[in-house]
Amino acid sequence: MTLRNAIDRGPLFFRDRDWHPPAYTPGYKTSMTRAPHRALVALGSTLSEETGPAFGHDMIGALDNNLVMNFTGQPAIGERIIMHGRVLDENGRGVPGVLLEIWQANAGGRYRHKTDGYLAPLDPNFGGCGRTLTGPDGGYEFLTIRPGAYPWPNHVNSWRPMHIHVSVFGSGFGQRLITQMYFEGDPLIAKCPIVNTIGQERAIQALVAPLDMNRAIPMDCLAYKFDIVLRGRRQSFFENRKEGM
Amino acid sequence: MQRLDYLKETPSQTAGPYVHIGLTPNALGNPGIYPQDLGRSPIREGARGQRITITGRVIDGAGMVLRDALFESWQADAEGIYPGNDPRGAADPAVTGWARVAADFDTGIWRLDSIKPGRVPFPDGRLMAPHLNIWLVARGINLGLQTRIYFEDEEQANAECPVLARIEHKARIRTLMARPTGPGTYVFDFRLQGEDETVFFDV
Repeated sequence: MTLRNAIDRGPLFFRDRDWHPPAYTPGYKTSMTRAPHRALVALGSTLSEETGPAFGHDMIGALDNNLVMNFTGQPAIGERIIMHGRVLDENGRGVPGVLLEIWQANAGGRYRHKTDGYLAPLDPNFGGCGRTLTGPDGGYEFLTIRPGAYPWPNHVNSWRPMHIHVSVFGSGFGQRLITQMYFEGDPLIAKCPIVNTIGQERAIQALVAPLDMNRAIPMDCLAYKFDIVLRGRRQSFFENRKEGM
Repeated sequence: MQRLDYLKETPSQTAGPYVHIGLTPNALGNPGIYPQDLGRSPIREGARGQRITITGRVIDGAGMVLRDALFESWQADAEGIYPGNDPRGAADPAVTGWARVAADFDTGIWRLDSIKPGRVPFPDGRLMAPHLNIWLVARGINLGLQTRIYFEDEEQANAECPVLARIEHKARIRTLMARPTGPGTYVFDFRLQGEDETVFFDV
């Protein structure tokens, strides 16, 4: 754990809850019994939300961001892709030192999880998770394989589009976020009940990574660019706070 | 008029049922990728303060105990200083403050071993009561739920806490209280819906 500089301090911007999916979304059936019904209690951020653990580069292994190789050292089966981008805050600044953790199905749409019984086979060389810390400009990169689409029990014939789950850990615990990255051009995106928990089309599009031929490596792999935005922080001399707090 | 040029926060999506693959692969039974899972404990040997153990469940609106829930806990040290980037100074080096806690795959019961945190000031300087900050995710939860675990046996501090004072329906405050069951042991259930729905915050 290392101390961070002062740019990582300050009250958090308020979360726009009309932009995020609401809790209760009947099209995604599991939400119906898991969505709180009562109003959230409004609370501006305090030190409890503005602080957070610091993660050091020493805890990240050399292959942690290489899902093709990090399970057995033998390559996973599937279409090799680079997933890359920057983590920014709402002020547009690149955020260094953000812990990104991803997980996904294999090329056949099967997860390495004791509760996934889909008939597609496991790939003995694919574990399905990776992690990295963003660099000085907020940049990050993973090498992985394109995950397969798969069916799931929601409606009779519900299918998840190809997606990669992304956990984002910034400098404040109140910025904690999990999301999913989708792939440009996937026709299953528009049909997905989980995607459609989000009300605004512009917000959905913020989760769709475009094909990035500039970052593709000839004769090796394609690339998709996925930028991530964390809650910003207010920086003002006029904050109503006591000295040193 | 000029255009405000702020970016929008990336929209949330559910963590889904397979969140353990990404966040706690070793506990799931997928060893070999990372030497250890992150957030195994919020304290190390020698942490100052009262040892506590909290156990509980996450219960949905149908009364079912979730077996796929996972939460993270973030807390101050025994003096009320947060590790990492607290502007007031350095915390107890044996307190990392952060833990990942997954419900048991069979029983849904979770357990957190830590120390009781100290009181942390609210922005206006008043002291908040000792609490753990919780971020809870699971299949069916579209945006991680933010709440706090307080301690029922901190009566004086709870009565003075400016955050608990924000809760208009006073009868709901008890949904945030870990109940003592013995020396240093507490129980706490998260209830997602129903009569005793846990208070969740918009922070």
